[in-house]
Amino acid sequence: MALLELRNVSTYYGNIRTLKDISLQVEAGQIVTLIGANGAGKTTTLRTISGLLRPRTGEIIFDGTPIHLLPAHQIVYLGLTQAPEGRQIFPTLTVQENLNMGAYSLGNNRASIEANRSRVYDLFPRLAGRKRQLGGTLSGGEQQMLSIGRALMASPKLLMLDEPSLGLAPLLVKAIFETIQAINEQGVTVLLVEQNARAALRLADYGYVLETGTLALEGPASELLHAPRVRQAYLGEA
Amino acid sequence: METFLQQLINGLTIGGFYAVVALGYTMVYGVLKLINFAHGDMFMWGTLAGWGLLTTVLAGLTDMDLVAILVTAVLVMAFIGMMGMTIERVAYRPLRSAGRLSPIISALGAAFALQSVARNVSHARWRTYPQGLLKGLPTLRLTDEVAVSGLQILMLVICAAIMIGLYLFVQRTRVGTAMRAVSLDHNVSRLMGINVNRIISIVFFIGPALGGLAGLLIGIYYGSFNFTLGWVFGLKAFIAAILGGIGNIPGAVLGGFILGISETMVVAYGPDIGLANASAWKDAIAYVLLIAILIARPTGILGETVAEKV
Repeated sequence: MALLELRNVSTYYGNIRTLKDISLQVEAGQIVTLIGANGAGKTTTLRTISGLLRPRTGEIIFDGTPIHLLPAHQIVYLGLTQAPEGRQIFPTLTVQENLNMGAYSLGNNRASIEANRSRVYDLFPRLAGRKRQLGGTLSGGEQQMLSIGRALMASPKLLMLDEPSLGLAPLLVKAIFETIQAINEQGVTVLLVEQNARAALRLADYGYVLETGTLALEGPASELLHAPRVRQAYLGEA
Repeated sequence: METFLQQLINGLTIGGFYAVVALGYTMVYGVLKLINFAHGDMFMWGTLAGWGLLTTVLAGLTDMDLVAILVTAVLVMAFIGMMGMTIERVAYRPLRSAGRLSPIISALGAAFALQSVARNVSHARWRTYPQGLLKGLPTLRLTDEVAVSGLQILMLVICAAIMIGLYLFVQRTRVGTAMRAVSLDHNVSRLMGINVNRIISIVFFIGPALGGLAGLLIGIYYGSFNFTLGWVFGLKAFIAAILGGIGNIPGAVLGGFILGISETMVVAYGPDIGLANASAWKDAIAYVLLIAILIARPTGILGETVAEKV
C-alpha cells in the first residue's frame, strides 16, 4: 500500500475549482515529483495534503489514516511535513529556534530533538555555524536549507518540498538536490514539487505532470524524461 | 531636585501599572493583529473582583493582609484569565476569517458588555478597598524630602517581576517561542504542528490574568475605583503599547514607563510653565504623546519598520 494516496481530490478557492479529480500515489521510500507550469495547482496540491486547504471532494490517505478532515497541525504528528513555497522561515527567530519549532510535535522529547538537530546540522553544515543568527539574515540558499531542515525536525515519514530550487544559483540547486537524495537515502519518502522539471525528473523515481488542475501524465521518471509531451512543454526542447 | 526625584519614583510606579496592562494589548496584537478593546475592562474587572473578595469572603483575613492579598491575587488572575479565554472563544474566534473590522467591533461590544455588567454590580458607585492594607510596610527615606513608601516598592518589584518573567517565558520556552512563531505566520506555524488556536487561548489567558493582577494592585494602591477605570486607564495603557511599538513586549514596558513619568512630571511642573490646574492636564499628555508618535514614528519607538511583502 502506498504511503500517501490521493483519491479523486478536488479543491476549490471560492467557487473556482483549482484541483480537479486528482488521484496520485507516493510509495514508501521513493522520491516522487509533481511537475507543471506556474499556476497548474502544484502548491494547491501540497496545501491540500497538509490540511491548510480542505478538499471539497475526495479522500487523502496517509500511512493508512484518512487525513483530509484533520486540522493541519495534527497531520504533522502523523509524520507528514512540508517545506513550503518561498521557504517561509521565521525571520525574527534564530536558526536554532526555527529548528525547534520544526520539532514542536515532538514535545519535550529532548533526546529525539537533539538527534534530529545534529542530523540537520550534518546535512547542512552551513547552518551549524549560524545557530544564533536570525533566520531573516540568512542568504536565500541558507534559508532554503533551514526550511528543509526545519521540516526534517519532526522526524517525518514523508517530506514534501515545494520548489526548493526557486531563485537559487545553479550550483546551490545542485547542492540542494544532492541533499534531497541524501535525505531520501536516510529512509525519508519525498514528494517534490518543481518547476525545474529536468532536475526533478532526474532525481525522482516516479513523476506526475499537472496541467491546469488536472493530472495530464504520469509514469516512471526516466520515462517521463523522454516523453515527447514533457520534452516539448517542460524541458524546452522542440 | 527633590521634587524631580519624588515625581520620578511616583511616575515609575504608575508607569509599571501601565506597562503590565500594555503587555496584554501587545501580546494579543502580536498573535491576532487585533486591538483587544475589552482588555482595559478586563483589567477593571480585576480591580472589581479583588474588591469583591477582600470586602466579603476574605474580609476576615485583613489582619493577615499579605495572605489575604496573595489568595485574592491567585483567584483574580484565574478568574480574569478565564474571562479572557472565554471572550476570545465567543467574540473573536468565530470572526477569525472575517477581515479586520468585524473583530474590532466585536471587541468594542465585549468591552461595553463588561463595563455595563460592572456598572450594575457596583451600582455605579465609587468603591473603596479596605483601609490599611499593607500599611505596615516600612517607608524608605532617600533624603529628608524624598520618600519611597513600602507599597510603592512592592508594586514596582511585582511589576518588574511580571515583565521579566513574561519576557523570559516568551524568549526561552517552547510555548513562548511558538507564540512568536504564531505572531509571524499562522499557516506556517500549523505546518510545524503548532495548534494555533491553543496558543491563542494561552495568550488570552496570560494577558488578561496579568491585567487582572494589575487591576488588583491598582485597587490597593489608589484605594478606590469605579467601573469606568478600565476605559480611562485601559485606553492609556493601550497608548503606552502604541508608543513602544505594538506587538513588541519590551516596547510595551518602555511605553508604560514613558507615559507614567510624563504624567507625573506634567502634574509636578505644569504650574511652572503656566498650566494653572496641572492635574487636569494629566490625561491630555497621553494623547499628545500618542499624536506625536503617530506623526513622527507610526510603528512606535521599538516597533520594526514593516516592509510590505511583494
